Amino acid sequence: MSGLHPPKPFPEAARDKVSQPQLRANLRKVTHTIREKRLRAVGEVPHWEELRVLGEATKDATLANLSDRLLQLEASVKARGGQVHWARDAAEARELVARIAESHGVDELIKVKSITSDEIELNAGLAERGIHAIETDLAELIVQLSHDTPSHILVPAIHRNRAEIQALFNRELPGEGNLSDAPAELAGAARRYLRHKFLTTKMAVSGVNFAVAETGTVCVVESEGNGRMCLTLPEVLVSVMGIEKVLERWEDLAVFMELLPRSSTAERMNPYTSFWSGVTPGDGPQEFHLILLDNGRTDVLADATGRQTLRCIRCSACLNVCPVYERTGGHAYGSVYPGPIGAILTPQLLGMADKNANTLPGASSLCGACFDACPVRINIPQVLIYLRGEANEEKGVTAEALAMGAVGYAMSSGWRFEGALKLARAGQGPLVRGGEITALPGLLGGWTQSRDLKAVPPQSFREWWRQREGADG
Amino acid sequence: MGNAEARLEVLTRINRAVAGVQAPALPAYPQCERLEREAMLRQFQDRIEDYRASFQRVAQTEVAGAVALALAGAERVVVPAGLNPAFLPTGLHELHDDPPLSHAGLDRAEAVVTGCAVAISETGTIILDHGVDQGRRALTLIPDLHICVIRAEQIVQSVLDGVQRMEGSVGAGRPLTWISGGSATSDIELVRVEGVHGPRRLCVVVLD
Repeated sequence: MSGLHPPKPFPEAARDKVSQPQLRANLRKVTHTIREKRLRAVGEVPHWEELRVLGEATKDATLANLSDRLLQLEASVKARGGQVHWARDAAEARELVARIAESHGVDELIKVKSITSDEIELNAGLAERGIHAIETDLAELIVQLSHDTPSHILVPAIHRNRAEIQALFNRELPGEGNLSDAPAELAGAARRYLRHKFLTTKMAVSGVNFAVAETGTVCVVESEGNGRMCLTLPEVLVSVMGIEKVLERWEDLAVFMELLPRSSTAERMNPYTSFWSGVTPGDGPQEFHLILLDNGRTDVLADATGRQTLRCIRCSACLNVCPVYERTGGHAYGSVYPGPIGAILTPQLLGMADKNANTLPGASSLCGACFDACPVRINIPQVLIYLRGEANEEKGVTAEALAMGAVGYAMSSGWRFEGALKLARAGQGPLVRGGEITALPGLLGGWTQSRDLKAVPPQSFREWWRQREGADG
Repeated sequence: MGNAEARLEVLTRINRAVAGVQAPALPAYPQCERLEREAMLRQFQDRIEDYRASFQRVAQTEVAGAVALALAGAERVVVPAGLNPAFLPTGLHELHDDPPLSHAGLDRAEAVVTGCAVAISETGTIILDHGVDQGRRALTLIPDLHICVIRAEQIVQSVLDGVQRMEGSVGAGRPLTWISGGSATSDIELVRVEGVHGPRRLCVVVLD
């Protein structure tokens, strides 16, 4: 799995994951811990609901005038000595980064966590050109060294336990080999390995949390300081941002700096946030490039119901409250965007004709917890239902629709239903395993792909009732 | 520019996508209850200590002593050009950034002492706008210990207050660094580990 494209339909990918008890136990612990901490952080703010409404309106206002905002951002960044590039798709964005690296003769660069760069599969694209990208976020480094993929937006290596990381670092990090499994010691090893890279590497690539049109200010929110290292020490900095990350005015940032840390890491504020506008003489990179990425976002923008997805500030609160994510983990979603937000964002970015991505809106119990947790009030359940409808239209007339029609007919009168039950009881024999049918044959297989079916019981309620009446006489 | 075509196409797609969409009016920014000055300073202290950073509140004349205590024996100290010399204890090996220190030179420093632009009590956040008493960004990044001297009147209550105070700095194109506690990670089994790449220790000295 890499980038946006799920290699399998969700029900198939999820089946492997939910049957791994260790993974489920890890996920349960993590999601519940962050969930409870978040409730405390949010509970401390008496006007949280008003902040959510303001966050929602601020994003919607920017999206309604998106082209003006982007043109304004472009002009402000250029006025501050930065360069601005536009990329229609992932390939164009990769090409832009690779060319900038090549123009400086760079064969190694450092990166600060950027889901957008994972979305465009930047590392693989650079590797094809002989350029090695080093992840500097601890979790991203773990994922990279183990040739794995992230499974969570905020804590990408959450599916790995300390023993796995201990073995990995002892094997992969130069000069190590005797590390214990203490998290502090493992983090220390990452510090030693990366410090030299930070101090000597010429070029860095970053993501962007927010960009302010009015002032040309770009912002990265983080905890470890690897962001500050990447944004400050190299000579050349390239930041890749989805076009929806722009805000109009400097003051618009305040509400998001309140909403994001409490929703994401459940902190009052994250340890470090960096803001910069173009190039500052004598301080930080003296060459700055900002890449504005579409890659399907304008299609999402064009859809009146789906548009709200672009409000997302990638806090991951929806993942931590989702009963489906808690049981399957991020990898089941097959995309860099997992969880409830991924279930609506991925299929919209790829288009509903994508046969694997269009199964993602089914990855939900529609319990609504994601909407309640979302700091910018994306109505995820509403978009999920809407996209399920779209997916069905893509599929046309299906076996499921035909079967539903037949069931509807059978259930429309008592005698038909009873007759159908009798037929079913006679026919189900070879399919029943332990009172359940886990795989229906032929075209009906789609129904049991993501659910088990209770076998028809030996006696129906109606039969029991009649028998009881007879006995009472 | 080489990608003028991409630019035009993205802008066209956007304009087609949102044709006729009206921007909603923004509701008022919700205001929190205003704290008295003293309560705000206590809130700031509480937040700083909650991040497990150290906190001292001292009178004008005691700053150098408080900084000496925070230095805990560290001697090679980076000092930005505009920092008030009265803030520093005597006998330090001061490193000045003029001419600019190399990355390796900064890596050999044990500590840095700076001022700040503004601080926020509700979140315990210190904002640097890298003015003359704070130095360029690398100075507060590479040394392992950061001691920040804050004048009490620089502390405001809310995030919005802090953002509004920074309007001038941002408008002038200055970079900003927001610091809330020391560098930290929770990437391994959600166990918090302090001190990853940024300074491992943050000491705050508030000056009345």
